[in-house]
Amino acid sequence: MAIQKRLLDCFAALAMSLLLLFASPAAAQTFPENKGSPVVDQAGILRPEQVMDLKSKSEALLAQSGRAFAVATVKSLEGRDVDDYAYRLGRYWKLGSAKNDDGVLLLVAPNERKVAIATGYGAGAYMTDAMSGIIIREAILPRFKQNPPDYGGGIEAGADAIIKQMSLPPGEAQKTAAKADQVQKSKRNQSPGFLPVIFWVFVIGFIILSFARRAGGRRYRPRYSSGSGISPWVVLWGLNELNRGSRGGWGGGSSGGSWGGGGSSWGGGGGGGSFGGFGGGSFGGGGASGSW
Amino acid sequence: MSLLRRFGLLAPLAAFGLAGCGLNSVPTAEEDVNAKWANLQADYQRRADLIPNLVATVKGYAKQESNVLIAVTQARADATKVTLNANDLSDPAKVKAFNEAQGRLTQAIIPLQRLQEAYPDLKSNTNFLALQDQLEGTENRIRAARQDYNESVQAYNTRIRTFPDAIGAKIFYGAKPKVPFEAAAAAQDAPTVNFNTSG
Repeated sequence: MAIQKRLLDCFAALAMSLLLLFASPAAAQTFPENKGSPVVDQAGILRPEQVMDLKSKSEALLAQSGRAFAVATVKSLEGRDVDDYAYRLGRYWKLGSAKNDDGVLLLVAPNERKVAIATGYGAGAYMTDAMSGIIIREAILPRFKQNPPDYGGGIEAGADAIIKQMSLPPGEAQKTAAKADQVQKSKRNQSPGFLPVIFWVFVIGFIILSFARRAGGRRYRPRYSSGSGISPWVVLWGLNELNRGSRGGWGGGSSGGSWGGGGSSWGGGGGGGSFGGFGGGSFGGGGASGSW
Repeated sequence: MSLLRRFGLLAPLAAFGLAGCGLNSVPTAEEDVNAKWANLQADYQRRADLIPNLVATVKGYAKQESNVLIAVTQARADATKVTLNANDLSDPAKVKAFNEAQGRLTQAIIPLQRLQEAYPDLKSNTNFLALQDQLEGTENRIRAARQDYNESVQAYNTRIRTFPDAIGAKIFYGAKPKVPFEAAAAAQDAPTVNFNTSG
């Protein structure tokens, strides 16, 4: 009996793991790539000149206030809630700066008839949920509800309202943007792997010294002829540790959190006309959504 | 001498051994869990702060729905009573109690959010709409924060249970696995509030 039960348990565990195996690809989403552009029209509901217009507005906003705004239209939400999809896409794109998490994303899913505004953690202060809801209801949805639906007009109107709200305190925004830029620069100048290197140079130096002294002493002849008398193991070990130190630390990478993952700089403008707003910002479900 | 030499090697090796055993990584992982927990708690608090305003706004329009309003107010009072410290995150019973209280509140709010379908006046009330947006945004934040918290807990639990960190976790910290927030098991068997949609 007991063996049978154990066998059953085994089967149950196997079945569970199989289920998990099948479940995980379903949970993993295929988000549209932004390719460095703040406007991604996967669903194909925007005219080229509208895309251009939205792009230039978003870039102007970034240059003026340091805040990132992006538009995405998708063919399918892949069975997810629109709010859920929107904040995940925002995280995936790392929209906004890593320091302020001030990205705002406008997501339209015409096939599901859903629209959402997702705000980054730090964007909630000026782009509140209530404000997002008002923009969706008053600027976007009336145009989407027309027959035939005016998607481009609705998105433009929504984007204008969002950008107006995001650029509200211009002086203050500029100041913080300048500050953020400085922080970014000073971060870039200081090399992170410097201290560990010094530390290990000291430790290894100490070991070498102690060995050299011992080797020069009474009984021991240096076994390894090349002068210093350190075992090659020590050297290997030291190199390994140096390598570890310069990689930024012991203890393995922490869980792949969504914060600050973006190594890319923003505001610095990486050439090629690429949008600088994907700088490691993160999203936490703030914003609003609507359907028509 | 050879003994001394071996010890000379051993001391730094031991330091690495300890570091490899989670002397640093276990507290780091724990702090991550605590930070995620603080986020989640802030979102729950935000929701608790919003509900009285929403109830007050609805009251003016839908007096006959007093049972809904009472249920929400009651659930909110219960939920704010059950507190959970960061230190109690590895206590399954306490986490369960907290989770269930919040789950009941989540369930109680649902009819409140559907009220606008029954009361057209409410639909045109900008105050109500704004509060509704905020509540919805907060629910989304809670969902996101829960997910982040659970992922962080999973990472922490994996760390303290797997070699080599498990050694350090056990010897130095006596680390206990933390309890993730299970998906609304309580919400499913919570009594559904009778709500008259034909209103």
